[in-house]
Amino acid sequence: MYQGIRISGFGGQGVISAGILLAQAGMTEEKEVTFFPSYGAEMRGGTANCSVVISSDEVTTPIVSSPDTAIVLNEPSLAKFEPMVKPGGLLIINSSLVNSKPARQDIKVLYVPCNQIAGELGNAKVMNMVALGAFAANTGAVSVEGITKALPKIFKKLKPEVIELNAKALKRGAEHKLN
Amino acid sequence: MSEKKLMKGNEALAEGAVRAGCRFFAGYPITPQNEVPEYMSWRLPETGGTFIQAESEVSAINMIYGAAATGTRCMTSSSSPGVSLKQEGLSYCAGADLPLLISNIVRGGPGLGNIAGAQGDYWQATRGGGHGDYRVFVMAPYSVSEMANFPHKCYETAFKYRLPSMILADGILGQMMEPVEFKHPEIDPKNLKEPEWAIGVNKGRPKRMIGSYDLREGMLEKMILERVKRYKELEAAEILYEEKMLDDAEIALVAYGTSARVSTAAVKAAREKGIKAGLFRPITLWPYPKARLAELAGRIKKFLVVEMSLGQMVDDVRLGINGRAETHLHAKPGGSVITAEEVTATIENIVKKGARKYAVVK
Repeated sequence: MYQGIRISGFGGQGVISAGILLAQAGMTEEKEVTFFPSYGAEMRGGTANCSVVISSDEVTTPIVSSPDTAIVLNEPSLAKFEPMVKPGGLLIINSSLVNSKPARQDIKVLYVPCNQIAGELGNAKVMNMVALGAFAANTGAVSVEGITKALPKIFKKLKPEVIELNAKALKRGAEHKLN
Repeated sequence: MSEKKLMKGNEALAEGAVRAGCRFFAGYPITPQNEVPEYMSWRLPETGGTFIQAESEVSAINMIYGAAATGTRCMTSSSSPGVSLKQEGLSYCAGADLPLLISNIVRGGPGLGNIAGAQGDYWQATRGGGHGDYRVFVMAPYSVSEMANFPHKCYETAFKYRLPSMILADGILGQMMEPVEFKHPEIDPKNLKEPEWAIGVNKGRPKRMIGSYDLREGMLEKMILERVKRYKELEAAEILYEEKMLDDAEIALVAYGTSARVSTAAVKAAREKGIKAGLFRPITLWPYPKARLAELAGRIKKFLVVEMSLGQMVDDVRLGINGRAETHLHAKPGGSVITAEEVTATIENIVKKGARKYAVVK
């Protein structure tokens, strides 16, 4: 089992946090994992992306150049990462913010209105968790329970009710499945 | 032993140094190693140690000279341009036989370069970027776990042979996160014996001197030759390397750090295509495992050096192989990351098409 993931969006959307959380969840489920952030001159409102690998074998390169799954949370990320997805791979699109449609026919595409669902839950910040929930449900690389268990390990200062809200967002995301 | 923890390379390096007994750190910020001083700034005070953000890299390395002279396990860290600034101090430390740990989380160069991971400081690290006849013990980790566990070996070696030690890692290793297990028992420096050369309170013992110069005729030569004896002992005892899938190999890749990880993927891909490839990974860059390469060149006739620099480590590989096998080069400078796909293509070119002897990848 090997799953290379790219997550991309605006700085502040929780791209890096989501990547670290995925790696922690994979590690908790006894997988080999790596996480690698882009660390250019990013700032709030700029773009951010990261690579995560979850594998049953030793992970060689931590930089995912042809992802099995790309999660794009904003418009510019679609143009950048759609061409990189492996043929037959999965593209998860935050349809609340991304208006364009991907051109490729050789990949699977899942639209998830991450911001809208986060808004319904009462906190826009959990939109990244909605995307991770959809990722877990559609790839099986990690489980929603695994990500939920990893939450307090990565976000040590979060209050229990905020952890609970993040867990809810994961579950709502997991309701979105490919046809 | 402890349970596995997800850590960033830079943080694992800092924690590994503290567990290996480091109690003094001085440094100055630079990307991509900023997490090292950041971590030390809160972690060292917890242990009763001292963290200083110096006003410059030059100041930091000279603080290290002072701390090392007292026998304290100390550390400074930087990235390429900052490590260049420390070279004068490093030469002085080597001349004064001071054990210390310096880490270089290499970025693109020369000059200010960029902040991406690179390997262009190989020559500086292994040849000595400062003046004079001296050596630095250099280790090259290729995982976050090795970042965490190598400081222990660096201090042990530095104190045993009395020379500076260096961890040479690229920005990718500094920035990536992986599960880490700390393998060595934690060292409390209070339980370590004070070295017989360390300066400090000299109540009840003869005066001791630390310095890198001797103006009396012939005395500097004597001092250097005594030091060289320790270098020779170190070279005979402390060389480390790793071999993967070399037993039946027709081509051996030679790579360290992130290049070795990429090369591992390329070796596997080449084997899937029916090419018997293997990997030789030097772990100590000085001393370099030249003798082992010479042995391997007895039966493997093609070597491919893979590095994120213009062709620096290839010099040491050639010295080891000494004309007994073909030496090829896959080189990528300027902070660009090599992909497994392009290395696999180079392997195919060499083995199947008998291609280029020496190539820089565009």
